[in-house]
Amino acid sequence: MKLRLLAAALAATVVLPFGVANATDLEVTHWWTSGGEAAAVAELAKAFDATGNHWVDGAIAGSGGTARPIMISRITGGDPMGATQFNHGRQAEELVQAGLMRDLTDVATKEHWKDIIKPSSLLDSCTIDGKIYCAPVNIHSWQWLWLSNAAFEKAGVAVPKNWDEFVAASPALEKAGIVPLAVGGQPWQAAGAFDVLMVAIAGKDTFYKVFKDKDEDVAAGPEIAKVFKAADDARRMSKGTNVQDWNQATNMVITGKAGGQIMGDWAQGEFALAGQTAGKDYTCLPGLGVNEIISTGGDAFYFPLLKDEEKSKAQEVLASTLLAPATQVAFNLKKGSLPVRGDVDLTAANDCMKKGLDILAKGNVIEGTDQLLSADSQKQKEDLFSEFFANASMTPEDAQKRFVDIIASAD
Amino acid sequence: MSDIAINKPVAMAGPRGKRPRPLFSPRNIMIYGTLFVAAAYYLLPLYVMVVTSLKGMPEIRLGNIFSPPMEITFEPWVKAWATACTGLNCDGLSRGFWNSVRITIPSVVVSIAIASVNGYALANWRFKGSELFFSILVVGAFIPYQVMIYPIVIVLREMGIYGTLTGLIIVHTIFGMPILTLLFRNYFASLPEELFKAARIDGAGFWAIYFQIMLPMALPIFVVAMILQVTGIWNDFLFGVVFTRPEYYPMTVQLNNIVNSVQGVKEYNVNMAATILTGAVPLIVYFVSGRLFVRGIAAGAVKG
Amino acid sequence: MTGQAKAGRPNQLLRNLNAKIASIPMILTAVVIFFGGTLWTVLYSFTNSKLLPRLKFVGFDQYERLWAAPRWVISIENLAIYGFFSLIFSLVIGFVLAALMDQKIRFENTFRTIFLYPFALSFIVTGLVWQWILNPEFGVQSVVRSLGWTSFVFDPLYTPSIVIYGILIAALWQGTGLVMCLMLAGLRGIDEDIWKASRVDGIPTWKTYLLIIIPMMRPVFITTLVIIASGIVKVYDLVVAQTSGGPGIASEVPAKYVYDYMFQAQNLGQGFAASTMMLVTVAIIIVPWAYLEFGGGRKRV
Repeated sequence: MKLRLLAAALAATVVLPFGVANATDLEVTHWWTSGGEAAAVAELAKAFDATGNHWVDGAIAGSGGTARPIMISRITGGDPMGATQFNHGRQAEELVQAGLMRDLTDVATKEHWKDIIKPSSLLDSCTIDGKIYCAPVNIHSWQWLWLSNAAFEKAGVAVPKNWDEFVAASPALEKAGIVPLAVGGQPWQAAGAFDVLMVAIAGKDTFYKVFKDKDEDVAAGPEIAKVFKAADDARRMSKGTNVQDWNQATNMVITGKAGGQIMGDWAQGEFALAGQTAGKDYTCLPGLGVNEIISTGGDAFYFPLLKDEEKSKAQEVLASTLLAPATQVAFNLKKGSLPVRGDVDLTAANDCMKKGLDILAKGNVIEGTDQLLSADSQKQKEDLFSEFFANASMTPEDAQKRFVDIIASAD
Repeated sequence: MSDIAINKPVAMAGPRGKRPRPLFSPRNIMIYGTLFVAAAYYLLPLYVMVVTSLKGMPEIRLGNIFSPPMEITFEPWVKAWATACTGLNCDGLSRGFWNSVRITIPSVVVSIAIASVNGYALANWRFKGSELFFSILVVGAFIPYQVMIYPIVIVLREMGIYGTLTGLIIVHTIFGMPILTLLFRNYFASLPEELFKAARIDGAGFWAIYFQIMLPMALPIFVVAMILQVTGIWNDFLFGVVFTRPEYYPMTVQLNNIVNSVQGVKEYNVNMAATILTGAVPLIVYFVSGRLFVRGIAAGAVKG
Repeated sequence: MTGQAKAGRPNQLLRNLNAKIASIPMILTAVVIFFGGTLWTVLYSFTNSKLLPRLKFVGFDQYERLWAAPRWVISIENLAIYGFFSLIFSLVIGFVLAALMDQKIRFENTFRTIFLYPFALSFIVTGLVWQWILNPEFGVQSVVRSLGWTSFVFDPLYTPSIVIYGILIAALWQGTGLVMCLMLAGLRGIDEDIWKASRVDGIPTWKTYLLIIIPMMRPVFITTLVIIASGIVKVYDLVVAQTSGGPGIASEVPAKYVYDYMFQAQNLGQGFAASTMMLVTVAIIIVPWAYLEFGGGRKRV
């Protein structure tokens, strides 16, 4: 079925508005190197090569921290690549302002991106001064709790339906020698888990007041204090995780060594790889089962300004290929993320993905913190929460005070 | 001038200390005991690396990292060299090997050539300000590389060689210069002064003395410099990836990609095989020229 | 031309011209890259540059924020602890091993190769291997436990209070071989007569080492110190490979703060402020010493 869908969609790609130019090599840098990610990139490359051009892969492992200096150096050093992945949001603002990035407005208008990209906030994050500078490729949401059915069975308790039940079940899990909540050592995991708790416990309005309006009083208030209490629970429950990478933590859930994990929807790629089925082997609770809201961050491709005319043409072809329905389907199924356009058919999606699509259709979405905060504030938050999760002697009150400081100085 | 005998040997090879005694004296037991314990500490990680790289993943998961493999498999090695993926390119470390060679050889040659002349000038031909520049250079050894990325990007861009192999060679030359210049300077300063004076009386100039007298005597320190540079440049990741383009990416880029892309479970055996393969070139250089290394260092570091 | 053109006393621009020409690469590197780059960094540390360097000055804001950041303070503390122990242990272990190697032992080549080979491996590799050996689930701790001592605890990488020592173990493994070689070279450079004389006078061996040999090895110690200390200040890869600064922020180091804030947080101003603090500290210690050590006064040895 998946194949048929693909074939149909591929047929649609052939009628690209730009026709087939001469084969042009276009170098694309990205940091998607894990199994599922690489398979997803391969779909993009395949679609681009089908237009008669050639995708030259420039993958750098080790997430944005390793890859970004390379991308920025190359762009500012005057030897830019053809296209590059960035988390869309505010990361590339300055490169655009410095006139180093290419304006995609023409392509976007021609292809009616404004009409097809859902939710529209995705395109808004690509828009600077009314011009469009990036092509969003997927939607990733953070607000998921992944639970191991086997772990709860072993502990002799029912699989929880929301965060509170999960906290209540944690002593039983511990007694069975299971780490209740797996939180990997990388700083972004702790910070991300906190954001998720905030949406679930304090709700959308408070979330926006803190992260969009940067309201210090709300950040210092009782609502957020509750979130910190929950983070304190999470900290207690995560003791003994002892892994670094997020997918190693996910692996603990897969093998039943951990009860659950708060992690974005990219985790389901790991469950799929391990041959597990949603509902049977693992359970997913969007919004921690409390507040079914998902954020709509994601990845986007940016296109540096190139002198070479043929390459510039190829950039346009790539931009439109990325958003073609066929590419969207093939790519997102492999990546475990949701497509950026509402008009593609995702019958092949699994249960959890369908839940996500449902929530998306209902419009219960928020912007992600990557879009609301600068990378700088995000990093400060990461420092705070990675310390909080690792250091049991730091009280929730102290942590909240420091959180307020970060919000106060956020831009 | 070339008939001046070198009376003072530069490096005195051969151990000092007291005469050897019977093998099992308490003193020897202490000496060898300590050395064996130390050797165990240094060898343990290598042992773990080799043993792990020969195991299959199921065996690694079961167990003890120190136990020898029950079933030896070379699959991790094959995978690390030829099939491990970096994004879409699934050709393992082999892709970067020749790039590493292409980067390392010219960078080592250029950086050593320049540093040796610098050291020679500093030792024998001081001029006003030379020591100040040298002091700045030594302080430069303490600057974290990461800080210099932007200024260097700007300089290379202005020179029009950003993203080229030439640019990368210059960068390696710059960052190798402090320590190398220090070593060469000390080495040349340790050579007998009479030699230099006599050559001057014979009317030899700067370059003549360098090529005809200093260079032939400098083999040990060249070996040291070569070893340090081969190690440093071969193992470099940051410069190789920031200052060049993908067609020149060195082997360490693939190593990073193999080690840092976790696919479900970390494939420790492939990681370890990749690690050993990447380290093989400097390791071989060490094993082959280790003896010269000590002799050279003796000459370059002792006299100051 | 005799003698008077000797280095050290040139008073005209043209004198010693070849040496000056030959020194151009060094001068350019020192002035343009190290000095110029440093000035550039310091200048931009007073701006609010984000992703790209921009000259919008904000005074000392970046520095205030830097010293108010718990992570920076922890980084400095860690560097102090790591630096102190790394220096002491490198010198002591390096010297002791060298002294033992210098006792006319058998298999000297083998031992030397064993001690030195880790230096050929990069920090990424070193960090990876030690991360594994120190991992409580399959490393040393689990092995000792499986031998019957079930309460054995050795878990430095996941214990915030001692994690920096876990990094130290790996750093010493990688670096002490080189120190040993330097020291051995130094010992080999000591005249045999000194040993004879001290033996005639009946001075015990340890005392001879401590009071006579070590002071004579001053230049070796200086070279070694420069190499070790510059490595300490720059320590980055090892931490990233072994702990990524964790658990939490317990093993953060200044160079990592600089890098993370420059490229992850995209706050160049903050990163430059941090690196300026590092440079200033280094400069305060090194410059006077370097100038005395290498500077004007002393003649060619």
